[in-house]
Amino acid sequence: MSTNNPAPPADTAPDLPQDLEPTAPLSDEATDKKRERPISRSQLVWRRLKRKPNFWIGGVVIAGIALFAAFGGMINVYELNEQDIYNFNSPPSSQHWFGTDSIGVDLYVSLVHALRKSLLIGFLAAPLATLIAAFFGSLAGYLGGWVEMLMNWLVNLLLVLPVFYVLMIVSPMLASQSWLILVVAIGAFGWMIMAQIVKNQTKSLKDREYVKAARYMGVGTFTILHRHIIPNVASLLIVDAAIGVSGAVLSETALSFFGLGIQPPDISLGVLIAQGQNAAITRPWLFLFPAAFLVALLTAVNLVGDALRDAIDPTSEVNRA
Amino acid sequence: MPEPLLRVQDLSVSFPNQNGLVRAVRGVNYEVHEGEFLGIVGESGSGKSVSSMAVMGLLPSSAQIEGSITYRGESLLHKSDRELSDLRGREISMIFQDPLSALTPVYTIGQQIEEALTLHNKNVSADALHKRAVELLKIVGIPGAERRVKAFPHEFSGGMRQRAMIAIAMANDPQLIIADEPTTALDVTIQAQILEVLQKAKEVTDAAVVLITHDLGVVAGNVDRVAVMYAGKLVEKGDVDEVFAQPRMPYTMGLLRSVPNMLTAGKDRLVPLEGRPPSPAALPKGCPFADRCPAAIDICHQEEPELLGFEDVPGRTAACHRAGEIAAGTLTSADIFPRPEYVPHAIEDSDALAPIVEAEGLVRHFPLMKGSVFRRQVGAVKAVDGVDFEIRPGQTLGLVGESGSGKSTTALEIMELVKPQAGRLVVDGTDVSTLTAKQRLAMRRDVQIVFQDPMAALDPRMPVGELIAEPLTVQGVPKAERHRKVRELLERVGLYASMADRYPHEFSGGQRQRIGIARALITEPKLLVLDEPVSALDVSVQAGVINLLEDLRDELGLSYLFVAHDLAIVREISDYIAVMYLGRIVEYGPVKDVFEHPKHPYTRALMSAVPVPDPATERSRQRILLQGDLPSPTETITGCNFASRCPLRPLLSDEQQSRCRTDDPAGVSHGASRVACHYADEISRLDNVDTSNLVTGAQ
Repeated sequence: MSTNNPAPPADTAPDLPQDLEPTAPLSDEATDKKRERPISRSQLVWRRLKRKPNFWIGGVVIAGIALFAAFGGMINVYELNEQDIYNFNSPPSSQHWFGTDSIGVDLYVSLVHALRKSLLIGFLAAPLATLIAAFFGSLAGYLGGWVEMLMNWLVNLLLVLPVFYVLMIVSPMLASQSWLILVVAIGAFGWMIMAQIVKNQTKSLKDREYVKAARYMGVGTFTILHRHIIPNVASLLIVDAAIGVSGAVLSETALSFFGLGIQPPDISLGVLIAQGQNAAITRPWLFLFPAAFLVALLTAVNLVGDALRDAIDPTSEVNRA
Repeated sequence: MPEPLLRVQDLSVSFPNQNGLVRAVRGVNYEVHEGEFLGIVGESGSGKSVSSMAVMGLLPSSAQIEGSITYRGESLLHKSDRELSDLRGREISMIFQDPLSALTPVYTIGQQIEEALTLHNKNVSADALHKRAVELLKIVGIPGAERRVKAFPHEFSGGMRQRAMIAIAMANDPQLIIADEPTTALDVTIQAQILEVLQKAKEVTDAAVVLITHDLGVVAGNVDRVAVMYAGKLVEKGDVDEVFAQPRMPYTMGLLRSVPNMLTAGKDRLVPLEGRPPSPAALPKGCPFADRCPAAIDICHQEEPELLGFEDVPGRTAACHRAGEIAAGTLTSADIFPRPEYVPHAIEDSDALAPIVEAEGLVRHFPLMKGSVFRRQVGAVKAVDGVDFEIRPGQTLGLVGESGSGKSTTALEIMELVKPQAGRLVVDGTDVSTLTAKQRLAMRRDVQIVFQDPMAALDPRMPVGELIAEPLTVQGVPKAERHRKVRELLERVGLYASMADRYPHEFSGGQRQRIGIARALITEPKLLVLDEPVSALDVSVQAGVINLLEDLRDELGLSYLFVAHDLAIVREISDYIAVMYLGRIVEYGPVKDVFEHPKHPYTRALMSAVPVPDPATERSRQRILLQGDLPSPTETITGCNFASRCPLRPLLSDEQQSRCRTDDPAGVSHGASRVACHYADEISRLDNVDTSNLVTGAQ
């Protein structure tokens, strides 16, 4: 065969270098062409995203909360769980900006640490759920048959289980463990619906000719999944991960509120809200500050998620202008 | 000259988008007189559909329309939507490309025809309405109209839906019917039926028809006058015979020379029309065709030519700076678009070599399952039902048939390289059922595929260089070697090595198909399976890809299995041809024999249905119209599976006819061909028969 396939004669394209100099001449021409290139998909998404006020409002709020959680503690003199025995139940003042609780713990410091933990859990658990969804969904969709059936059963089983109840039952066992176990638990119960969506997307992608082409080349299943299928559902996954963050934070908060998630003396938004709820009327600052942060965080994450979905989805009405 | 029925003057349509205005139509002038049949030809994006939508007032409100459209002297652009609605359907009606989305799925066909009738005439009794609906369905040739009138759109096949659309369009005896690519989604034999019905609708209603299409063949056989559109403008207009015989605009010339003609294909090479139309959002200065025009001179890049008339032929116009030279005969088609030469063959005596692929009794049935808990088989789709063929090195086998004939399934069956459900598949001397997984992977080097839709066949998220190298990654070829081969192949298929880091969406359709071909060639295969490789491309681009495939085959000694529904292209590129019908090969033989002396009635009908881009021949050709549609492949048919549609059978004696019903014909040698028909010797009976009455489907 090789005798029939000589190297291309040099005269076919005299203006192009024939030798193996892949980088230098190529990049030259590449930059040349760049100006007239149509914009790429990620550029398009970014351009649409830029125009959305939702994205900017949400983004600024998230960034603000994240900065507050990371560096807020540096401008305050109190330590976590340090008691100011002269100021029990102090309302917000110049000394204690967000007030103190019944044993004189500064709420500002507590809030900074609580936010840290809640954000960490949210931003770890949501992508974890998305990863699980991407893996199982694409595998079941691509292989079909009994793998798909198995996943359907598992998904349906998990969907009909009262997740919260299950978490309540298992959490005492996890209580002594690290909070990372909680991340895994939230992730493990949050992937089912996305997995179904990914599965259905994969089924339609599977019949695309480029997937068929790869199969006829002899490309292996897992290579096809990560090279051709997952990148093509990536936009869905990004949006899911973004919106999933608020769900994960909410789950953590709810579990901690009932004393099942983060255990004192460790602290999270849920723990703070639980501690503050009895005082909601008499000492409102104890309840209002953590609750306000929770609401602001969730709203901001949802705003960004919505903006992202609109920007990525080419059929979205908003983009037709 | 009387006032024309429809006059379009200086019509411009632009759509605002993020980057400014997209000028889809830029100053179009044409007239349609009463009873006239006008064809508007253009490639996708030329503005042909937009201009007709403007006539119907169906453009979105964001469109900016300038110029004037008058119908019987009344301006349509100044009418309100309500006034237009009164006109639409009653005076002007439209037939759309996709008959499935043009019919409402929740109402019966009858209800939809009746709706069209009552919209413009409220005082008709229900009984009369029903009668008229049945009558209309009869006119458009739907068998069993009384029963079918109660059917829903999904119960109709594509061809029948399009007939129903025509019935709705002609319901109110309109004066003007606009048909926008009415046959593009249909098979050739169905296309022939629909064009016949359209002609009939024109006769019955006495309406003028504007036929919008990209297919020069469809135009040639039907219209009186033709207008050619390019980049939002008319570039040539005139009597259909004159335009086809003596085009006076280089674009028309190129188009005519690049389109294969089924009757003459294979003798002369096609002339590729390089490049692609400019984007309507960024039109170049000067003539929009100048960049692709081999005859372009300086002025072409400076000034856009006007559509001007000629003194010698009234009614004939062309938009070209050099139209004078062309008309005078000093600049001819052959000067502008010379025919390329064939390349020498790497393999001379193909017939003496051992075949690269041999299929014997290949079968592929898809089981039909029922039940969700206990699934059981209730039948089978016989996609491929016993197919024999062989391909020798350096040769091309053309596999043709209508959609649903099983030609693509046959091709994919080879690509699977696994033991067929029945029969034998031998690739390069090895029976594929004996292959181990490792051997199969090695064999994938030798057998590669090019798909139909170049957009779908390339992963949009990978740069072209990686896409082309993908087959090599499987075979474990080192990176530097892959890189070198990618560059080599990009140039081989007529692209630049520097394009390797771009993404598929940056390429045009023709370029993408070249990328697909490069990917298939990178493993130095022996056999290339080409699954409709050019049918998704614009006509002007097809020739370039076909020529490339021919050159590659001859230079490299490749073998092709060329799957296509376009007989002209198959005749152009193939050495052997296999005609498939319902999972069987009905006729198989050397291209010359089969095309010149088709012996199976289906082959005959198929060939007569293919429109030829030559008005004179097209009008004089005998047409054999098939009745009805392809039977469902799930049906169990005893006897010949073509018997129900066979044009030859009614001409046979009763005894002979009953044999067709009971006996399944096997392939029998007739000369160099193999024909699956009991009465292949009687095929000459079809020569002088007028079968056009069959179109009404009266059974």
